[in-house]
Amino acid sequence: MEDNVLNELTTSGDSVQYIVIRLGDEQYGIDIKYIDNILRVPGITRVPKVPSYITGVINLRGEVVPVMNLRLKMGLEDAEFTNTTRIIILRTEQQSMIGVIVDEVKEVVTLTSDQVDDVNHDVNEEVRFINGVGKCEGGLISLLNIQSVVGDSAA
Amino acid sequence: MDVSQYLEIFLDETDENLQNLNTQILTLEQEPENGECIQEIFRAAHTLKGMAGTMGFKRMQNLTHDMENVFSEVRDGNIKVNSDMIDTLFHVLDALENYTTVIRETGDEGTEDNATIIKKLNDILENKGAPAADGGDSAPQAGGEEASGDKEEEKQASSGESWKDIKLDESQREVIAASMKDGRKVVGLTVTIQSACVLKAARAFMAFKSIEDAGGEIAVSSPSSQDIEDEKFDFEFSLIVVGDVEFDELKKGIMEISEIESVTGGVMTADMLGTKEETSEAEAAPAAADGKLQTAQENKPAPAAAGAAKGGQAPAKSGDAKKGGKTVVNHTVRVDIEKLDVLMNLVSELIIAKNSLVSASNVEGEQNSAVNEQVEYLESVTTSLHESVMKVRMVPIESVVTRFPRMVRDLSKKLGKPMELYMTGEETELDRTVVDEIGDPLMHLLRNSADHGIESAEVRKERGKPETGSIYLDAYQDGNNVVIEVRDDGNGIDTEAVKNKAIERGVVTPEQAAVLSEKEAIALLFEPGFSTAKVVSDVSGRGVGLDVVKSKIEALSGEVEVKSRYGEGSTWIIRLPLTLAIIQALMVIVGEEKYAISLGSIVTIEDVQDSDIKLVQNKEVINLRGSVIPILRLRDILETPTPPKEGSNMVVIIVKKGDLQAGLVVDELIGQQEIVIKSLGKLTNRAKMISGATILGDGEVALILDTNALF
Repeated sequence: MEDNVLNELTTSGDSVQYIVIRLGDEQYGIDIKYIDNILRVPGITRVPKVPSYITGVINLRGEVVPVMNLRLKMGLEDAEFTNTTRIIILRTEQQSMIGVIVDEVKEVVTLTSDQVDDVNHDVNEEVRFINGVGKCEGGLISLLNIQSVVGDSAA
Repeated sequence: MDVSQYLEIFLDETDENLQNLNTQILTLEQEPENGECIQEIFRAAHTLKGMAGTMGFKRMQNLTHDMENVFSEVRDGNIKVNSDMIDTLFHVLDALENYTTVIRETGDEGTEDNATIIKKLNDILENKGAPAADGGDSAPQAGGEEASGDKEEEKQASSGESWKDIKLDESQREVIAASMKDGRKVVGLTVTIQSACVLKAARAFMAFKSIEDAGGEIAVSSPSSQDIEDEKFDFEFSLIVVGDVEFDELKKGIMEISEIESVTGGVMTADMLGTKEETSEAEAAPAAADGKLQTAQENKPAPAAAGAAKGGQAPAKSGDAKKGGKTVVNHTVRVDIEKLDVLMNLVSELIIAKNSLVSASNVEGEQNSAVNEQVEYLESVTTSLHESVMKVRMVPIESVVTRFPRMVRDLSKKLGKPMELYMTGEETELDRTVVDEIGDPLMHLLRNSADHGIESAEVRKERGKPETGSIYLDAYQDGNNVVIEVRDDGNGIDTEAVKNKAIERGVVTPEQAAVLSEKEAIALLFEPGFSTAKVVSDVSGRGVGLDVVKSKIEALSGEVEVKSRYGEGSTWIIRLPLTLAIIQALMVIVGEEKYAISLGSIVTIEDVQDSDIKLVQNKEVINLRGSVIPILRLRDILETPTPPKEGSNMVVIIVKKGDLQAGLVVDELIGQQEIVIKSLGKLTNRAKMISGATILGDGEVALILDTNALF
């Protein structure tokens, strides 16, 4: 896991850009290289017999893309969609797209490797989705491990 | 020379040639004296050798070279074809196939020399006292080339007058007769090109040019000038030239071109015209049949001839089939399947956009008839566009089934049971993606028939059947479906054995088994892990068989059905949709959600009163015109969150799967629509009854119900 963080940081020349999102009161960062698009919430079609954190599928430019509720995935309470709720379309290395629902998209930050701390992996279950914690003016940002957030549920 | 860019073409063509060789050698096994067939094999082997040499695959080249030597002796009548030889030849083909596989994976041919096979080939050559000197492992290619060249020449010396056999059609005869009347000279000639020539088409073109320069006009050419341009001829072609020319003059001109072996010919007279027809006609019939003959003979000639004619070549040219290497080859373009996928996606998007336009034009308050008219026109254009693109993606199943005769032959030897495969409808077309996937299931069913179906010769004799078992593979189109049947006249399915096995495997209890109908018992065969082979053989019986066949075919939105009579044989019927990408569907509403149901599986739509529903074994059924049909409430199956609608009327859609029927309760009907199927991806595709999704005119996503999964 630590190697992972280091690799990601070194490959993009020591500094990485993250999009900062809000889930409840917490801030999370998503590496910008995974992000395809950010949308307002369109009509979501429910799909039967899928895990509860899969909200359904949406039409993205003629493609059918699954949408995941990041709150439920991270073990938080579900919440109503608000005016700030957005869907972030992620494109993973397998070239498949998936949308994640977040409460708010705040800003883009650039973090260098010395601004990122490792996390203690024994704390709890949800931590396996976190690559590290970034520090900047806005406070602490948990950096999401997109591969495990998205990949896990595909298994 | 950097040849890597040709690798793909090389591999494709090698596959084609190997397939061709397989088929031809099979034919040869049946008719050891078939001269056409030997010629064809020789040509294919020669091409293979040349291509392997060009690409720098020395080992492959050596092996084909030795194979070619054997054929060259066979062709000259120095060696007789026997079954040992056929076996060796098949080993050669397998070895070549291995080379191809290795090349495809690594770009290099590997290090396998196949010395034993080469030795066997050389043994064949030596045993018959043929000149085996040039058959050595490392013989220079030029040696072999020359040797075959000499033979080529000998053979053609005897048939050098082939211009006299040119087949003329009515109009050509008229033209020539008219020229004769006008006093213009008509000269027939046959040009033979050296067999070592690489650019035959270019030489032929120069010959044509030389004739035209001399003032002659080419009235007829055989093969056609198009075929000559495409190098679809052996080493000679014949022409009839009209004009103020002398044969000697023409000959002199043509002989000046390099690599021309010989020119023969003479003046054509009026009485030569009349006799042409019978001879060429008589020869055309067997030629057409031989050209396309794939497997067995009895039921073949008719479809074979049809297949040959289908190629778009006028029947008048069927004489070419004899000469043309790959029987009938059309003007085709090799297109990367990915490009077609892109095209198909674009068409899909266009249809989605069209659907949006249709719903938009319906919503607007004021009806604009001009807009409606144009929308309707657009609709018809997109529908035909879709059909055309679909047709482009269609390929004959031939490409997968041609390997089966060889496989059945091998199985027959391995299992020690004489059997024969008869195929019809190889020209039936299916979507490329389906064709790619259908090979394995078909192979499995054939193996199954060969292994479990066909009895041993003794048993067959006892039962009064011919000793040689027959397996049939028939393909045909039936409406929007393509049906492929695998049929055998073997043992049929022993339902008792199936039941016992199922009990043994714990699939059913003895009590359950006792009440199973024959049909239900047969359905047990498709249960995972089921195999009735008493002895596990490497042919079939690993227990991973029929359930895999079934799931694969269902993944292609198809279905399998079995009909069997114990002691008489069984028939496996595979039904596949013509296309996977776009279907006609009925849109329905369940709760507040829209679903699509493929029209193909719908029988009727019924209005049913609550009171009509009866309970049988605690399951809801309705009695519909005498048949009892189980009722499934989609609301429950789909876990619809909204509360059920009030009222005592229900809309029930009767769907079918094979002979089974079921009624699906929905809340509302929307109507019929052409929908584009989109994959849901593995993340959301947990539910078996959802086969995909589609995008509606208003941009909303609707799920597609796979009614087959509900039974």
